[in-house]
Amino acid sequence: MLASLFRFKGGVKPPTHKAESTGRPIAPAPLPSRLVVPLHQSIGGTPKPVVAAGDRVLKGQLIGEADGWISAAVHAPTSGTVREIAMHVQPHPSGLDALCVVIEPDGKDEWIERQPVDYRLLPPEEVRERLQQAGVVGLGGAVFPTHGKLNPSKTVPMEELVINGAECEPFITCDDLLMRERAEEVVRGIAIFRDLLQPNKVLIGIEDNKPEAAAAMRAAVDALGEPFFVIQVPTLYPAGGAKQLIRVLTGKEVPAAKRSTDLGVQCFNVATAYTAWRAIAHGEPVVSRLVTVTGNVHEPRNYEVLIGTPMDELLKLATPHPDTDGIIMGGPMMGFLVPDIHVPVVKATNCLIAHNDRLFPPKAPEMPCIRCGSCAEACPHELQPFEMYWFARAKNFGKTQEYAIFDCIECGCCSYVCPSRIPLVQYFRFAKSEIWAREREKNAADGAKDRFEFKQFREDREKAEKAEKLAKAAAAQAAKKAAEAAAAAAAGDAAPATEAPVAVGAAEDPKKAAVAAAMARAKAQREAAQPKNMDAVTHEQEREMAAIDARREAAGIADAPPAAAEKKAD
Amino acid sequence: MFAPAPFLLKDASVSRVMTQVCLALVPGIAAYAWLVGPAILVQLAIASLAALVAEAAMLKVRGKPLALFLSDGSALVTAWLIALTFPPLAPWWLVVTGTVFAIVVAKHLYGGLGQNPFNPAMVAFAVCIVSFPALMSQWPSVGLQVPLREQLDIILGLAPRLDALTGATPLDALKTALKLDESSVDVAHLLANQDIFGNFAGRGWEWVAAGYLVGGLWLWQRKVISWHVPVAFAAALAAISGALWVYNPAHFASPLFHLFSGGAMLGAFFIATDPVSGSTTPRGKLIFGAGAGLLAYLIRVFGGYPDGVAFAVLLMNLCVPLIDLLTQPRIFGMKDKP
Repeated sequence: MLASLFRFKGGVKPPTHKAESTGRPIAPAPLPSRLVVPLHQSIGGTPKPVVAAGDRVLKGQLIGEADGWISAAVHAPTSGTVREIAMHVQPHPSGLDALCVVIEPDGKDEWIERQPVDYRLLPPEEVRERLQQAGVVGLGGAVFPTHGKLNPSKTVPMEELVINGAECEPFITCDDLLMRERAEEVVRGIAIFRDLLQPNKVLIGIEDNKPEAAAAMRAAVDALGEPFFVIQVPTLYPAGGAKQLIRVLTGKEVPAAKRSTDLGVQCFNVATAYTAWRAIAHGEPVVSRLVTVTGNVHEPRNYEVLIGTPMDELLKLATPHPDTDGIIMGGPMMGFLVPDIHVPVVKATNCLIAHNDRLFPPKAPEMPCIRCGSCAEACPHELQPFEMYWFARAKNFGKTQEYAIFDCIECGCCSYVCPSRIPLVQYFRFAKSEIWAREREKNAADGAKDRFEFKQFREDREKAEKAEKLAKAAAAQAAKKAAEAAAAAAAGDAAPATEAPVAVGAAEDPKKAAVAAAMARAKAQREAAQPKNMDAVTHEQEREMAAIDARREAAGIADAPPAAAEKKAD
Repeated sequence: MFAPAPFLLKDASVSRVMTQVCLALVPGIAAYAWLVGPAILVQLAIASLAALVAEAAMLKVRGKPLALFLSDGSALVTAWLIALTFPPLAPWWLVVTGTVFAIVVAKHLYGGLGQNPFNPAMVAFAVCIVSFPALMSQWPSVGLQVPLREQLDIILGLAPRLDALTGATPLDALKTALKLDESSVDVAHLLANQDIFGNFAGRGWEWVAAGYLVGGLWLWQRKVISWHVPVAFAAALAAISGALWVYNPAHFASPLFHLFSGGAMLGAFFIATDPVSGSTTPRGKLIFGAGAGLLAYLIRVFGGYPDGVAFAVLLMNLCVPLIDLLTQPRIFGMKDKP
């Protein structure tokens, strides 16, 4: 065994309520009337549907294709017919809809052709890809695609692989029962992770209120001859938080700004290891999971449930008491009341708790904070929740960040102990989402500012260029006038017919002369603004051109100036 | 139905905290009533009534729910601390004035429960000792057993205030004697006066202080208060009194005497531990407690007031925002950084 365990500060000891649901073995839940399988069931990209309404699908058939590396595939949980691909309410506190594949089971539960492999014969990339294709995600609740956590770091050697069987939330026992009944497959799954990551040691942490699970895991580890350590950790919520368990088992503290792999640690849930083994060695993608159904029910129990099973149908199996008024998904510390009892079980659903006021009395009215500091003592991240609350309430979000609000893991310990019944976690979620919203706004504003500044710069540049051109034109005009004067002197006899009448006309009518002069200027300008081949003309060329122009005018060809036309009319 | 997690809550409430504080005061009050006189019970009743009436009136003015806030017990704690720090034979209106000032000005004008920067009971004490120094200095001689009836008449103003009934407090007696004649009198000689002094501190009062100590330890055991403030307070008081006592035992009283005299025990466990006006970080609590203990000694020994706890606590209340800012603990995962 290991020499000693470490401890994390804070934590609370709520009543565990676990014994209720551990008395009976895992039971398979019967096929529900229909399955609503959300496409987005993991962190990362939303899988794209690859089936259409009316298609017949087999159990385990791909229905949603992973979109990008951090995304995991979704499969048909049973054989049947796709009824629709439509928006349905999600098991999320927001109550928002998302795209789901609705399948009507045909009752045959017919598998696709499964392709078991010996992963030791495959290159690591292929094992990772198989896991992604099988939709293996973290089943502890975070549903991060597992293959994305199985790339060994190139810079930091992997020291410890931590396997999380702590299951610290009250009421939840699905990991406990999994370890009791399927320990061998869990250990085999851990071996896959071990072979991919090559850690120095593997530590399996289980809270000491689950002696049966720990014994089963030890037996399995011994039977398979694996050098894994099964370690019982003190029961203290939230010992099952990844960072807390890593702290307890390795003494390492993972700050908010870092990943555990930066410290040479990686962490997986026991259920994730189990599904990874099923995916690789049996070719079974993740189409079901263990769910604890407990709370205000007659027969609390763990069920193997198809993903997409409506929660109300699952809850009925445990015979809820008639005064049940809601369903909590997850545990009582971090779970939430589902917005609609028909929402489907998803990969993140580890527990359903039938809610009623007897089990969870309504909260007493909120009182002002008396700065008693209980929350700070209970915080496993050693934050000062009452200070963050103060600033969150005042919408002074900058200050909440100074007090490290993003280190908060929302475990609920502070709310649990608060004598003033302040829903502290709610305030922190509010502050975090406000900060994110502001950051988005700021990014948008910064983008707009950049674009505006560039536009101004461009306009200024164009203005400067124009001014330069005008200056050049003025210079050209001066040169031209000089040239014209010279041309007039030189070509006096070359175009007497034109020259003389203009002079006469000018003498006759000063107005006309002014108009003619203006026209000439405009023409000169036009010419100056014209192609670059006019820029470097010599005096002779200019003279020549002037002569040509004069001739053309005389002949009345082309762009004869109106002055000439007028003159003709004379 | 909307209810945010956690759905399980610990069985804790503000009124439970306050009730426990009141319960913890009971041993001290019992010793007080038994050894000094039952008049304290009358004062406790007067202060409680005044506090509840003032609290109700202010809640009404501020449009707050009456039942919820009246039952939180915070006004009662303030009232009891006022009654226990005022002279037991003080006229009823003095206690009422102090209590009403504490509730109306020191508590509600600052925003009510949880918002007051100063300990309301200590504000009341400071205001009254500055405004009515004579009345606030009349402490009964412990040796004189006055019938309850007579004590009541004095409190209610029905009988004339007799100077004969009152005497110097142990702290006062020591200070005055040492100031008057620095060369000839020494502490050991003075402490032999069994009218005023008992086994290790003031006659009778030492057991009242012991009662507070017992109640305070119970509060710590119940985790209503942490050890930081009382330990720092007592350690600082013992350290400075011990240093001067070692330096000149003829002129300075022992740490034991100081710990069990005046408001030291009450201050260490019940007044300086007020969470609202005190420091909140662990290191901050140590600084806060030590500062209060140190100042209390300096004021009671070298200052003009009979005891220094009230002013010491108020002065430290002033420093709390700064102390808290400078003593923020390192958070999880940040311990290695400087």
